[in-house]
Amino acid sequence: MEAIIMGIIKSAIRLATPYLYASIGETLGQLSGVLNLGVDGVMLMGAFSAFYTVVKTGNLVLGLLVAMAVGAIFGLLIAFINVTLKAEQGISGIGIYIFGLGLSSLLFRVLIGTVQTVNGFAPLPIPWLSKIPLFGEIFFQQNILVYGAFFLIPLSWFVINKTPLGLSIRAVGQHPEAADSLGVNVVRIRYLTVIIGGILSGIAGASLSIALLNVFQQNLTNGMGFIAVALVYFGAWRPLSVLTGALLFSSVNAIQIWIQVKGVNIPSDFTLMFPYIITIVVLAAMAKRHVRPPKALNKPFERGE
Amino acid sequence: MKLKKFVVFITVMSIFVLSIGFGVSAEPFRVAFIMPSSINDFAWSQSMYDALMTIQEEMGKEEFQFVYSESMFIVADAAAAIRDYASEGYDLVIAHGSQYGSSLVEIAPDFPNTSFAWGSTANVFSDQGITNIFAYEPLAEQGGFVNGVLAAKLSQSDVFGVIGPIETGDAKHYTEGFKAGIESITPDAKVNITWIGSYSDVALASEAAQTHIDAGADVLTGTSQMVVGAIGVAKQRGALWFGYDVDQTALAPKHVVSSVDVVWAVALRPMIEMIKNGEMGGKIFTLNLENGGIKIVVNGEAIVDKTIEDIIKGKIMVR
Repeated sequence: MEAIIMGIIKSAIRLATPYLYASIGETLGQLSGVLNLGVDGVMLMGAFSAFYTVVKTGNLVLGLLVAMAVGAIFGLLIAFINVTLKAEQGISGIGIYIFGLGLSSLLFRVLIGTVQTVNGFAPLPIPWLSKIPLFGEIFFQQNILVYGAFFLIPLSWFVINKTPLGLSIRAVGQHPEAADSLGVNVVRIRYLTVIIGGILSGIAGASLSIALLNVFQQNLTNGMGFIAVALVYFGAWRPLSVLTGALLFSSVNAIQIWIQVKGVNIPSDFTLMFPYIITIVVLAAMAKRHVRPPKALNKPFERGE
Repeated sequence: MKLKKFVVFITVMSIFVLSIGFGVSAEPFRVAFIMPSSINDFAWSQSMYDALMTIQEEMGKEEFQFVYSESMFIVADAAAAIRDYASEGYDLVIAHGSQYGSSLVEIAPDFPNTSFAWGSTANVFSDQGITNIFAYEPLAEQGGFVNGVLAAKLSQSDVFGVIGPIETGDAKHYTEGFKAGIESITPDAKVNITWIGSYSDVALASEAAQTHIDAGADVLTGTSQMVVGAIGVAKQRGALWFGYDVDQTALAPKHVVSSVDVVWAVALRPMIEMIKNGEMGGKIFTLNLENGGIKIVVNGEAIVDKTIEDIIKGKIMVR
């Protein structure tokens, strides 16, 4: 039983990793008022570019940096479309998704051609901490991108709640006119959050292709980016709640795999529904909290004279 | 007036003569191929693409041409593509997936001069009066059984993990065969089976593989294009892998022990002959070990390495 619980926690941590990067990135963008539904497309581009770099050079750090750069370029593009051109955000996000899906598939076809595996980031046991019984094995024998994802939660919490930048981001997302009148550059803040979101989506993709799965295939993410956006709502734009949501979704998924492995007599069609059923139940239960999205979410900023 | 009639006459005649001329000159056999994933998925779609390439090499590019549409996982999109290809006059439209059957029932009767083929299934809809649909079906359980026997011989823990997509069709048959093969050698073996509910969720397949290994499995197998993630885990954690659909050795040369290669060409060759002779459908083509439609590709390197390692580590005593 102990082995199973450890297995579930380890699985949940691995499964949650890409969601954490993507969801925190999306949280920052949404807090500043920009909805980006194209996360999955950026993740695919990040996954592909990291994978391709590692295939060509064998350099994992370079692969990660390239994924971040590609994510940043996509972030810039998304910001340009949504902030400067003031496009309808829901629609433009779908466009970005399809663009990323198509481009990553095309590049994969042209530059690599066939599915292959790479040696990705290996587990990096943390000295001392990894020796702690049970706890150490679960939490401190993961690869570096897993640590990064979990470190991102306190970091983003701190930035959002305890820094002037975080205050500006929230102000821009709630009352852009007021923020503007106080001298906050609304456009610059939104560009910044969306580009950071792009970088984090790129890392999310890289965490799949060069750390967790070590393979690239067309549509590798299989819609994870959309779950990541859902987790932002689930987490009510708060990093800690996003973490809770990601871990809940992942651990229910891990549990359902274990239920099948252990041959518990429940039809697989039913166990596979668990993560989604639980998510819906929790969302329904939380609906009473009256959490409101940032007031200016999905609204382009028009500067008055 | 006379001149006009003459012109019409000449035109009609020339069209007639020209069309006979074209009819006599050998037109290539044209195939359209619709698939749910891509030609390089190392699994289901790639195996059919490989078969079409084989046929093209055998018949020559002058005689055999094919086109394809990838990523048709949405059945409505696939149906539109099937209809388009049929209206463009292709001789054979292959809808490569058991999800496409209902679309064929609707489309095939509208195009009596085109043949359609789909699988894996044994249903050609003759009960609905349709005469231009072929079906193909591999006896996946046969390949699964052979893989299972090999797996049982190589496993030390006698715990086995199966990562299947959805509990139906080839995946289900393969899994049943694999389990039966193992149990023929090791009756009390533990064969743990997970279905991940998707043909394409690489991340969940990978996590299922991790879980199987955590639960003690040292041999894994699975079907569909999402298994590439599981093969990556087998490679990383030193488990053995048994493949299906195509030879998957290249993904992990030291860990893929054997692959069940489905040779669709065995079904396509007689199918094309029948169509050329004017028989448009109604036949089910079964692929098995006997007719070469199912081949076992053994990767000697992985077996030798594993055996040597076991002897060195003392897991196998040879004295």
